[in-house]
Amino acid sequence: MTTGSRTTTRRPSPAKGAPAGGAPVNGTPVNGVYARTFRWHRWQRRWAPYLFVSPFFILFAVFGLFPTLFSIYLSFQSWNPVQGLGSMKWVGVENYQFLLTDPWFWKSLRNTIWIALASGIPQHVIAIPLAFVLVSGVRGALRHPLTAAYFLPYITSTVAVAIVFNTIFGTQFGLLNWAIDGLASWPVTAWLFSGIKESLPINWLGRAPYIKPAISILVAWKYFGFNVVLYSAGLATIPREYHEAAMVDGASPLQRFWHITLPLLRPMMFFAVTLTIIGNLQLFDEPFILTNRTGGPSESGLTLAMYLYRTGFEWLDMGTAAAMAWVLFLVIGTATIVHFLLSGRRGLERRE
Amino acid sequence: MQAKARQLLLAAALLLLPGAFAQTQISIGLFPDLDSHVNAILEQFQAENPDIKVEVRVLQHGDHHTALVTNLATGSGAADVVAIDVGFIARFVADGGLVDLNAAPYNASQYQDLFAEYAWLQSSTTDGRLIAMPTDLGPGVMFYRRDRFEQVGASIDDVIKDWDSYVEFGRQVTRDTDGDGKVDVFLIADASDVARAIMRSNIAAGDGVFFDAAGNAVVESDRFKEAFRVAKEIRDAGLDARIGSWTNEWYEAFKRGTVATQLSGAWLLGHLQNWMAPETAGLWGASDLPNGIYGSWGGSFYGIPEQSQNKEAAWKLVQFLTTRPDVQLAAFERIGAFPAVTSTYGDPLFDEEIPFLANQKARQLFARVAQNIEGRATNPGDQIAEEIVNSALSQVLDEGRSIDEALAEAQRLISRRAR
Repeated sequence: MTTGSRTTTRRPSPAKGAPAGGAPVNGTPVNGVYARTFRWHRWQRRWAPYLFVSPFFILFAVFGLFPTLFSIYLSFQSWNPVQGLGSMKWVGVENYQFLLTDPWFWKSLRNTIWIALASGIPQHVIAIPLAFVLVSGVRGALRHPLTAAYFLPYITSTVAVAIVFNTIFGTQFGLLNWAIDGLASWPVTAWLFSGIKESLPINWLGRAPYIKPAISILVAWKYFGFNVVLYSAGLATIPREYHEAAMVDGASPLQRFWHITLPLLRPMMFFAVTLTIIGNLQLFDEPFILTNRTGGPSESGLTLAMYLYRTGFEWLDMGTAAAMAWVLFLVIGTATIVHFLLSGRRGLERRE
Repeated sequence: MQAKARQLLLAAALLLLPGAFAQTQISIGLFPDLDSHVNAILEQFQAENPDIKVEVRVLQHGDHHTALVTNLATGSGAADVVAIDVGFIARFVADGGLVDLNAAPYNASQYQDLFAEYAWLQSSTTDGRLIAMPTDLGPGVMFYRRDRFEQVGASIDDVIKDWDSYVEFGRQVTRDTDGDGKVDVFLIADASDVARAIMRSNIAAGDGVFFDAAGNAVVESDRFKEAFRVAKEIRDAGLDARIGSWTNEWYEAFKRGTVATQLSGAWLLGHLQNWMAPETAGLWGASDLPNGIYGSWGGSFYGIPEQSQNKEAAWKLVQFLTTRPDVQLAAFERIGAFPAVTSTYGDPLFDEEIPFLANQKARQLFARVAQNIEGRATNPGDQIAEEIVNSALSQVLDEGRSIDEALAEAQRLISRRAR
């Protein structure tokens, strides 16, 4: 507010030096009507901008800021929502104490990190070369339909995707087991799958050791297309001259990829990896639907966000759930800062 | 100025008055398939109560209950009558959200004798409140494939004598029938179903499933050890198909006859014959659960939120839906909701032969089971306790953890939660 009023007063204004209650506009005599109109103009000029930007801030305050602040308050309370707002009880740091000594909390944190890494790394390892091939190798009409095809899983409803994957991961009649069985029986690929054949049929979603890989496969598949699009955009900003110069010097495509594309793609990599870190640590829908809301046997597919939801909305312990939200926030914040320190500073400067 | 305002108010009141006299507007919040029944029967209710107008709101099963929690939390938005699935009842027994129907002016206890005893107790709290009225039940039975029994020459009465004979039958029936090197008939879809049935039977007087009367967890008792032991025996012998309920694999298994038995609520019959495996009609039978136990799977209730502005009209609707034998029977006929009012069991409908079950008069079996299930009061911690016990069970079945160790850990986790 102070900045606003300062700029207004600094602007050359006919009000400067004029006696209070009147204004000599165009030399007209000072009277009440003009004075009122002028005050209204001045008031409008000062406040209209705030009025016009206010809808966003009002909505943000109601639906963003208030819930955020309220959840801090809530994390120090014990509250069963069914009993109504009046039933909150102050419990101090008890919720945080409970969490940090809760075996399921640590289990879900480990699960979250496991799935974040196992689904996050492949996304980028696949997306970067793929984007490179798409941008430099595929010409003409084919490129955009292909990009769109890779992007399609990202915009498909998670529920629909998870239902399809439920069928793919089926034990007795699932597509994945059928494919592995086929590959393991085919002489050409049999050696690759010799170790797996004995454990068929694999109960992907019903047995603890397979749930995290199953979830990671789905997540990697769903989001790598988004990264392909990001990297394609990043690649398009690299000037063609660099590649031409390198070609004149006799650099092979692999060398060009390694020495020109990758270094110049760093800012985009930093951005994409940051998004992946934040997104994967908040993973919720995919494991929620694949494990039928529960987290699977031995909670091996239970992510932190899921545990938070279940604690709050299924077990009606809103205080602990709020505390968990803030612990999750700290985890994501720490991971992002570590990522920034490791690669960010170098990544954000483009080396010319 | 004041006079003008008074005039305006008077005019408004006069305009609204006829409407206020005519009808009380109430709403009822439901999940499928209850809405098909309520929508059809409402005409009768409104004919009998011309002063009440009912609006029906429907949400999917999960969304309905999530929305109800939110509505109770914020004290607004809930319907005047809300349906509650038994699986969610424990969440709502906390004092404050739903009205105590045992208190005046409802005095629901006058109706207690009408209902299957166990259902009444499911929505009763340990301190004597009744938070919802039962409307339909899920008496537990065993559905079995007659053809699978004939193939190994087993008789149903011998098989359900006790858990040993049940497991023994499993060893015979679980095999590779078409000789392709893969087992294609199993005793049951998942061994954990057996554990869940056993832990809910033979409960010591005064105890709930997971807690005793004083609220202490009792999951280290022999009841749980026995449940875990039988399930582990079935799993270790490879007699279960390891298929979770409500998955495509499950439906497929029913279609193909991959599982010889399924412990479930009587309502599974409707699902089997309508969409899961209609082509297997005539191949199925229904029997008591093994070892002479009685158990229940599912059931629905109607409650009235404390925030309702029309509790009197809401209570009329609840009474109409739950205590009237004709309405209960109509629900049974229309959506297969098994009546909670036991006087309906004398109706000729219950003597009908069911073609899907090879003309067995199975409804008599369901009715007998419903009247024999032991009642247990609900503890607010039941839901989380069940979750923790299920987790312990899968550690025992899948990861080879010892039963005593897993149950001791479960006991500790449940006690921690009940802080």
